[in-house]
Amino acid sequence: MTLKINEPKAKESTMAKAVQWIGAPLDRADGELKTTGKARYAADFPLERMVYGVPIVSPAASGSLIKLEVEAAEKLPGVLFILTHENAKKIFPIQNDFGTATKLAEGRFPLQDKKIYYAGQYVGLAAAETLEIAQEAARLIKVICKEERSALDSEEELPYSYFPDNNWGTPLPVIRGNFEKAFSNTEVQLKAVYTTPVEHHNPMEPHACTAVWDGDNLILYESTQWVVGARNVVADALGLPREKVRIISHFVGGGFGCKGFVWPHTLLAAMTAMHLKRPVKVVLSRSQMAAGVGHRPATHQELSIGSSKQGKLTAIKHHTITQTSFLDDFLEAAGGPTQSIYSCPNLLVSYQVVRLNHGTPTFMRAPGECTGLFALESLLDELSYTLNLDPIELRLNNLSDKSPEEELPWSNSHIKECYELGSKIFGWKERNPKPKTMKRKGFLVGLGMATAMFPGVRSPGAAKVKILSDGTAEVLSATQDLGTGTYTTMKQIAAEVLRISPHRIVSKLGDSSYPPAPVSGGSMTSASVGPAVKSAAEKAIEALIHISIKDSSSCLYHLPLEKIHAADGKLVYQDDPSKTEIFEEILKRNNLSHIEGESFVKPDNSAEGYTVQSHGAQFAEVEVHPLLGQIRVTRMVGVFDVGRILNQKTARSQAIGGMIMGIGMALHEKTVYDPRTGRVVTDNLCDYLIPVMADSPAVEADFIDKPDPRFNSLGVRGLGEIGITGVAAATANAVYHATGIRIRDLPITPDKLLKWL
Amino acid sequence: MPINAERSRKKLTSLKVNGRVYEKALSPISTLLEILREDLGLTGTKHGCELGECGACAVLLNDVPVLSCLTLAVECEGKEITTIEGLADGNRLHPLQTAFAELGAAQCGYCTSGILCVAKSLLDKAAQEKKSNPGRELSRAEIKEALSGNICRCTGYLKIIEAIELTAERLNLFHRCEPVREDR
Repeated sequence: MTLKINEPKAKESTMAKAVQWIGAPLDRADGELKTTGKARYAADFPLERMVYGVPIVSPAASGSLIKLEVEAAEKLPGVLFILTHENAKKIFPIQNDFGTATKLAEGRFPLQDKKIYYAGQYVGLAAAETLEIAQEAARLIKVICKEERSALDSEEELPYSYFPDNNWGTPLPVIRGNFEKAFSNTEVQLKAVYTTPVEHHNPMEPHACTAVWDGDNLILYESTQWVVGARNVVADALGLPREKVRIISHFVGGGFGCKGFVWPHTLLAAMTAMHLKRPVKVVLSRSQMAAGVGHRPATHQELSIGSSKQGKLTAIKHHTITQTSFLDDFLEAAGGPTQSIYSCPNLLVSYQVVRLNHGTPTFMRAPGECTGLFALESLLDELSYTLNLDPIELRLNNLSDKSPEEELPWSNSHIKECYELGSKIFGWKERNPKPKTMKRKGFLVGLGMATAMFPGVRSPGAAKVKILSDGTAEVLSATQDLGTGTYTTMKQIAAEVLRISPHRIVSKLGDSSYPPAPVSGGSMTSASVGPAVKSAAEKAIEALIHISIKDSSSCLYHLPLEKIHAADGKLVYQDDPSKTEIFEEILKRNNLSHIEGESFVKPDNSAEGYTVQSHGAQFAEVEVHPLLGQIRVTRMVGVFDVGRILNQKTARSQAIGGMIMGIGMALHEKTVYDPRTGRVVTDNLCDYLIPVMADSPAVEADFIDKPDPRFNSLGVRGLGEIGITGVAAATANAVYHATGIRIRDLPITPDKLLKWL
Repeated sequence: MPINAERSRKKLTSLKVNGRVYEKALSPISTLLEILREDLGLTGTKHGCELGECGACAVLLNDVPVLSCLTLAVECEGKEITTIEGLADGNRLHPLQTAFAELGAAQCGYCTSGILCVAKSLLDKAAQEKKSNPGRELSRAEIKEALSGNICRCTGYLKIIEAIELTAERLNLFHRCEPVREDR
C-alpha cells in the first residue's frame, strides 16, 4: 500500500490551505552556520595531538624515483615521520569502478612503486607537529629521479593518440546516416576549429583530509562529493571491512567535480595516521591542487556543418582531440551536445585522445557539455550570419519533438519557451543583427546567444526520514551539500509529505553511515536522493498511521487507513476531520522516541521510451574597447527548463553561480604548463584567473519550472551544471556581434582581438 | 627562511581575539591563520590559499581587514583581533550575517567568513563617516572595490553584493535605486 500524499493540489480540496513547500524560496538551512563560522569543513576539527602532513612531490614529469634524501628533514625538531615508498603500507587492489562506487580519481595507488607519471605526483609525505615544520621538512627533502622523455605537447604526441571506442558504454564514433555524402551535396558548408584550454576547478576550500584512527576504526573528515565512494575506496584499499571506515563531509567548500572521487592524498593521510597512531591532517596547497586533483583537459574540436539555404541542418561532423594521463582513460566528451540537441540526419561524432605526462583529468562542471557547446553554438552563430537568419530562428528550425540521438520523444521539453522568455527578458529584439553596429560610451556593444543543455541523470539513492516524539523530524542520507542547497531542499521535500513546517525538520547529510547516496555530480542529487526522501517520508507517515489505527486509545482506532492522511502535523480522518491526532501524541502514548521510514529508490522504467534532457537559452551582452580589445560581459540572462524547481532561491543561486563560472571560461581561465618540465605555471589564484567581483555583471536566471513526472516522482531534473554550458558560446557570439571578429580559441583575451581591431 | 630549533621555539604570547585574551605559548613563525585555527580552535577563519590571494582568511586587526595567512601571530600582540566568531553580539547576529543567510549569499560558505569581516569593516567605516557627513552613503562601486580581494567560486558575487546593500540599507547607509528582484 502506498499513500498518495504527493499531489498537493488534489489534497487541497480536503485540507485547509496546504502549504506547498517544494519550490518555496526558503532560506538555506545552513545559512547561519556558515555566516557565523560554525560550519565545520574537513580541516576544521581541532583534535588533541594533531599531526600535520605535507605531501612531497616529484619535480620530474616522467621516469622513476631513485631516492628521497630525507636526512636533513628528519633532523628538524618537530618532524615525526617521513612517509615514503620504502616504508609505505601495502595497498590492496580494488575494483576501481563507478558502478560499484569504488572509483579512484587517479587509477594508481600512491607510494607503491617508483614510477613517475607527472610532475607534482606524490612521492612521500612529511609529518610534523606543526604545519610550518611539515612544510619546511617537505621542502628540505631532495627527490632524486631518473627522468625520461616526457610527453608534454599534444601536437607532438598526436601520432601516439588513441581513438576511444565508447563513452560510458555508448559506442564511438557515433554515426547517423552518411556525413561525407550529405556534406558534399549540401547547399551551405561551414568548417571551423575551436579550441579550449586546460582549466582547473579551484574550489575555495582546498582538498583536505583529517584521518583519525580509533583502534581499527578509521574516521576521515574528508572534503568529498561522494562519502559512500570514499568509504568504499579507502576501506577496500586499506583492507578494512567497510563498516570500520566512516567518512564525514558535513560541509564541502565547493567541488565542481574535482572532489568526486578519492585522490591519493586521502590515502597518505590515513597511512600516516595509522603509523603514528595520532590524528593527521593533510590540506593540499594550491600548487598541489594544480598538479594532482584533476582538471578539465584541453580540447581541439574540428567541426563541419552542412545546411540547406533555409537553415535546415543536413550534416554535422564533430571530431574532438583531447588529452588524458598515462594512468586513466578520461574522455572530455565534447561531441555530446552535437549529437543530442538538433535533429540532423547525417552525423559523425568522434574522438582522439592524446596521453600526456600530466595528472589525470577529471569531471569539471558540465564536462563535455560546456566545451562542446562552445564549438557547436559558435559555429551555428557563424551559420546564422552566412544564411542571414536570426540565431534563434536557426535553432528553432532544427529542433524536433524527438531526441535526435535516440529518436524517442522527450520526457518533457520546453526549449522553445526558454528561447521565448529569455529573449523577452534580455531584449533580443532590440539587437541590430549587423555586427559592429551597436555602441555605448565609446565601447562596441555586442549581443549573443547560445543554447544550454545537460542530460537528465539519476542513480539509485536512499534516505531515512524520522518523525520524533517532540513533533520534529529528521532526514538522513549519505548525500552531500557542496553549497548547492541539498540540506534545504531535502527537508522541503520531507515537509511536503509529512505536512509539517520545514523549520521543524533537520537534514543530516555528509556521513557515510547514513543510507547510501550517489556522487554529487552529473547534476543528479535532486533527482536521485529527492525521490528517496519523498518515499521515506511517505513510509514514515504510513508507519505512524498503522500505529494509530491499532491504538485503542486513539480516535483513529480501527478506521480505514486509506482514509487517513497527514495535515499540519497531525493525522486526519478524511470523512470526519474532527478526528485528528498530532504526531507526538501518537508516539508518546506508544512509548516511541520516533518512528521512521527508509527508502532505497532506483530509477524505475517510467522514463523508458523517452529521452530525458534539460535545456536552456543563454544570452550575453558584452562591451569591447575598440582600440584595446578589453572585454566586459555587462549583462547575462539564462532561462532553463530543468523540470520542477525545489527551491527558487537556491536554484537561482546555482544557475547564477554557473553563469559567472562561464564568464571565467569565456574570458579568463586557462591553465598553463611549462612545456619543458610539465609543471603547472598557473598553480595559484593570482596566475589562474577566476572571475572576481569586478567581473560580475547583472545576471538574471529564470526557470520554466514544469515538472518532468516521467523522470521521477518529484519531476525534478537537477541544475548544478546547466548554468555554465552556453555561456562561453553566448559570450563569443556577442564578441563577434560587437567587433565582427570571431575568436575560436578560449579564453577570449584582448591580445586575440587586438590583431584584428 | 629556514626553520631551526631557535626560531621555532614557542614563546608565551598574549592575543586578544573577539574581546577575549588568550595567553599561550606560540611558535613565533606561525601565521595568525594557523594560530587561530589550530591553537585557539577558531576554525571559522578559513585556509584558502596561504598565499594572500583569495581573501578567505581575512580577519580584522584593530578593525582593519588583514589576511591572516600573511600575518605572523606574534605581530598581533596588543591589538584587537576580530574573527567571524566575534561578529555576533552574543546571540544577536550581526545584520550582515542575517542578510547573508536570508539572500543565500553563502553557498559553499568557504569564502563567507573573510567576506563578512571585510564587509563589516566597510560598513563600520561608512557609519563612522556618516557622523560627520550625514549625507554619506555607500555605493555599489565602493562595495565592489572593498571586496575586490575576496574570491568566491560559487555565488557569482551578485547575492553577496545584494546582501551587503541590504544590510547597508537597514543601517541607513545605502539608498536603493532598483528593487531587489523578487524570487518568483
